[in-house]
Amino acid sequence: MENANYETLEGGTVVITIDMAGAPLNVMNDAFGDMLDTVLARLEAERDSITGVIITSGKASFVAGGDVNKILALTQGGAEAGFAFVQALKARLRRIESFGRPVVASINGSALGGGLELALACHHRIAIDDAKSQIGFPEVGLGILPAAGGVVRTVRMLGLMKALPLLTEGRRLAPQDALQQGLVDELASSREDMLAKAKAWIATNPSPRQPWEVKGYSIPGGNMFAPENIGAMSVFPSMIFKKTRGLLPAAERILAVASESTQVGFDAAMLIESRTFAELLMTPVTENLIRTMFLQMNEITAGESRPKGFEKQKVRKVGILGAGMMGRGIAYSCACAGIDVVLKDISLVSAEAGKAYSRDLLDKAVKRGRKTKEDREAILARIQPTILMEDLSDCDLVIEAVFEDVPLKKGIVREVEAVLKTGTIVATNTSTLPISLLAEASANPTNFVGLHFFSPVDKMHIVEIICGKGTSEETLARVYNFVQQIKKTPIVVHDSRGFFTSRVFSVFADEGDRLLKDGVDPAIIENAARDAGMPVGPLAVQDEVMMDMLLRSYKTNRVLDQELGDSYSETYAVCAELCELMCDCGRAGRGAGAGFYDYLPDDGKQLWPGLTEMFGGDKAMDYADVRDRMMYRMVVEAARCLQENVVTSERDGNIGSILAFGFPSYSGGVFQFIRSMGIDAFLARCETLASAYGQRFSPPEELAERLARSNTALIAINP
Amino acid sequence: MTSAYVFDAIRTPRGKGKHDGSLHSVKPVRLIADLLQALERRNRLDTARVEDVILGCGSPVGEQGAAIGKTAALLAGWDDSVAGCQIDRFCGSGLEAVNMAAARVMSGMEDLIVAGGVESMSRVPMGAGGGALFFDPEVMAKANFVSQGVSADLIATLGGYSREDVDGFALRSQQKASAAQRQGRFDGSLIAVRDASGQIVLDRDEFVKPKTTMETLAGLKPSFAKLGEMGMDAVAIAKYPQTLSIRHVHTAGNSSGVVDGASAVLIGSEAAGRDLGLVPRARISAMAIVSTEPTIMLTGPGPAVRKLLAKSGLSIDDIDLFEVNEAFASVVLRFLDDLHVPEEKVNVNGGAIALGHPIGATGGMLIGTIIDELERQNLQRGVCTLCIGGGMGIATLVERV
Repeated sequence: MENANYETLEGGTVVITIDMAGAPLNVMNDAFGDMLDTVLARLEAERDSITGVIITSGKASFVAGGDVNKILALTQGGAEAGFAFVQALKARLRRIESFGRPVVASINGSALGGGLELALACHHRIAIDDAKSQIGFPEVGLGILPAAGGVVRTVRMLGLMKALPLLTEGRRLAPQDALQQGLVDELASSREDMLAKAKAWIATNPSPRQPWEVKGYSIPGGNMFAPENIGAMSVFPSMIFKKTRGLLPAAERILAVASESTQVGFDAAMLIESRTFAELLMTPVTENLIRTMFLQMNEITAGESRPKGFEKQKVRKVGILGAGMMGRGIAYSCACAGIDVVLKDISLVSAEAGKAYSRDLLDKAVKRGRKTKEDREAILARIQPTILMEDLSDCDLVIEAVFEDVPLKKGIVREVEAVLKTGTIVATNTSTLPISLLAEASANPTNFVGLHFFSPVDKMHIVEIICGKGTSEETLARVYNFVQQIKKTPIVVHDSRGFFTSRVFSVFADEGDRLLKDGVDPAIIENAARDAGMPVGPLAVQDEVMMDMLLRSYKTNRVLDQELGDSYSETYAVCAELCELMCDCGRAGRGAGAGFYDYLPDDGKQLWPGLTEMFGGDKAMDYADVRDRMMYRMVVEAARCLQENVVTSERDGNIGSILAFGFPSYSGGVFQFIRSMGIDAFLARCETLASAYGQRFSPPEELAERLARSNTALIAINP
Repeated sequence: MTSAYVFDAIRTPRGKGKHDGSLHSVKPVRLIADLLQALERRNRLDTARVEDVILGCGSPVGEQGAAIGKTAALLAGWDDSVAGCQIDRFCGSGLEAVNMAAARVMSGMEDLIVAGGVESMSRVPMGAGGGALFFDPEVMAKANFVSQGVSADLIATLGGYSREDVDGFALRSQQKASAAQRQGRFDGSLIAVRDASGQIVLDRDEFVKPKTTMETLAGLKPSFAKLGEMGMDAVAIAKYPQTLSIRHVHTAGNSSGVVDGASAVLIGSEAAGRDLGLVPRARISAMAIVSTEPTIMLTGPGPAVRKLLAKSGLSIDDIDLFEVNEAFASVVLRFLDDLHVPEEKVNVNGGAIALGHPIGATGGMLIGTIIDELERQNLQRGVCTLCIGGGMGIATLVERV
């Protein structure tokens, strides 16, 4: 049988082992549907001689869920296609459920999305107790909902209150947790144990029925208006809104479908689920999330931006120069990934303090049960604080993370290269300074590269790799692997002032400050940014980053502009102007206890009333303009980066914008923002903004053409 | 057009709406049936002349469900010819009943109707009636629905009302209500609730707290900060981006009390009154219903009264007294700001913060309270108004005859 093995055991139990040909995982697509049809036809034909059915997988995982390419194809096919696809899938699962013989899902590995839905249509679920297996409903993250009965069956099995967090949060549970939540019924220690338990269950349950098929069944906890549920029901929508700001509709719609499913019979509930799938499928958000957060992210994981032809190598030992905020964070991430770390600073006290930072983080992780004491000691043992440059001599990679100062960094590079073995890569962690300029200090610029880490390093899962003029492809390939080795997402950009992420993000702050200077109410500015999906407003962000720091970086850039005949610093001149003004008022930001905000003793904060005195705050401006000035400013700047080949793939720009500075995921990132809206509509809006507020909103002339060209880099749709 | 007159307006005392409240042991249909019997007794009423009993009820389910107007008429032993229904306009239900009754009389189609309401909040708690507006995630998302308490706090935030402002208003409500009780100002319209053997169950509003001070009020915790933190603040701010945070000033002390009670207003034409020997006490001259932005929800009274005045050709200064339901202190403060009404004209005998707000019954109670007070002070015109869920506002103009 194609794509599945059908084996009848002695005693009449059939074992179906799903094994989709030529694929690493079993995913639900048309071929999967055909396979189920074939299996079901044979089962139904042989029903009289069958005593039970065991469904398992021939892969390491059980079933990984819907085929994302299929879902993307459905978005092109229209609502009817989407509805028909899930209705057909539902019908097949319903045949399993009503087969009249016990059917046991033997979950040998991860069961996600559609895989879990298949298991829920079985009468009993046994999972191998492997902590690495994941069981859950990740659909919400792709903007859709479990539509093969997952919402309906989970609610009917567990009750609304237990089901909702599983469905709306997309959490992936280890088998132990899935057992505790009630998603699986039994755990097994091995494949053999799992099959033995399945056989035993079949033997003792010759004619099981789903709970909702039993007469007198009622949903645990009652319907959505039951007294036990209404307290929670009255706050769930706002809890979701607080997280999504109404920009990611899936969670909200899953909540609505799960709730409504309690008001109606099983079949009607299934219909509502399918209709809502079709509705969500057709929202641009779903396509944005699938393209960027799934497919483009997978491309990055697969190394699409990594030069081909270089063998994967692991970094065994890394040297870090400077044990400040960035250096110590990088040390922690490296040590956690099993890399030996030499952490060098000028004084041993500073180097030791850098290591102590890891100890603090690990203590917290141990307290929360995320790491064991043994893990902690092993990780700490990998970090060697030192003041001796010679200790770095046998490192595979050295990352300098000293203060953002050209002569200082150049000096350090010269100093460290003198002791290094040949072939060691020297990386500079900077958010501002041109890599090619720093590379002048290197005896071997081919081995020199920029690695822009984000603060706090342990929480920010992205590293911007900056290729200097001389950086070799091999060096890029090696640091790409290093970034993945420390479990972060690499994006690759070319050396240009501000690189990609800093350049795009700094105009967000700049535009917020321009709005303030224009006299717009600061509360409106902050709320408009958040309504657009930014995690914090532009004023709050400057308070967090500290305006004295921003001002310093501006001054550095201005000096560099003079040296290089450049004008980069002008892109955030108003930000610098306001930072200077605020610093002069003694309000450099949160760290100084005061900035655009007043910081209250109870940990609260409120906008500093002085802002309205200084800037007015009563200028009437269309709310959409306030919002779009901030968003379009970033997107246009990103478009310029694409035009100038600072980024060469939309993928790296999309993922970079989302992970590095919280550009809203619903949009799919800075470039998908344009595609989702339509290039013409985007250009028209830019023109309106440019004529009202200035040429900074004019995208590069060849944008449409450039996007069309890079369209080839977009994922082809293979249904 | 026929005029609609109020011949009588009575109410039960308001019992604390909890399990230890005095009226918790009395079923809602009994509360309202007893009031009907009192109307019959006080007015020597031939009940066969009453054409309909329209009752407001905010949670018209369970023992309050199923056309409780008709049910109460049956329990009261009224003539079989008396029809009955119930209506739900949330907090505006009782006043809506009065307005509907008056409008039907004014239209000439009917001559004598009982309007009012009943709500046993201790027995049929808020939310018991379900409702898509309060619990359906799709509707709630669409309407940026938040708890009324968060709406009240939003009104305070936008209006700049401090905790002291709302507590000060609450204190005055308590002081005015206590004084009114001491002076017996409610006695004429308040019908004691008795058990089957005739013993008194409750004969005075029991929610009033005469010992209230600014200090006791200041000691109460904000009631809606947690809901706000759970996301409702974010939902509200999405509609009101001019604020970054919501000031949670409302507590159990400056919000309306949860109570049990019922009200009944006898409304009819001049001809019906003449036939039955009933003396008109006031005329219902105008009525208004409006709806405003649903997230802030509780700002309806100002626009409702403006519409009422426009319809009746009166100015705000022509109105001698106002009853503005004290759903929350900020609702009344906002009303005062919206219409520039001096506080001295408003809720002179206290309001729902001190006395309680039996949702569907309140509107009928306000009619009785304002007519009693117009008579006591020998004044001419009064306006009753309430804020209502979903953003609505309702108002009624009564004039002494």
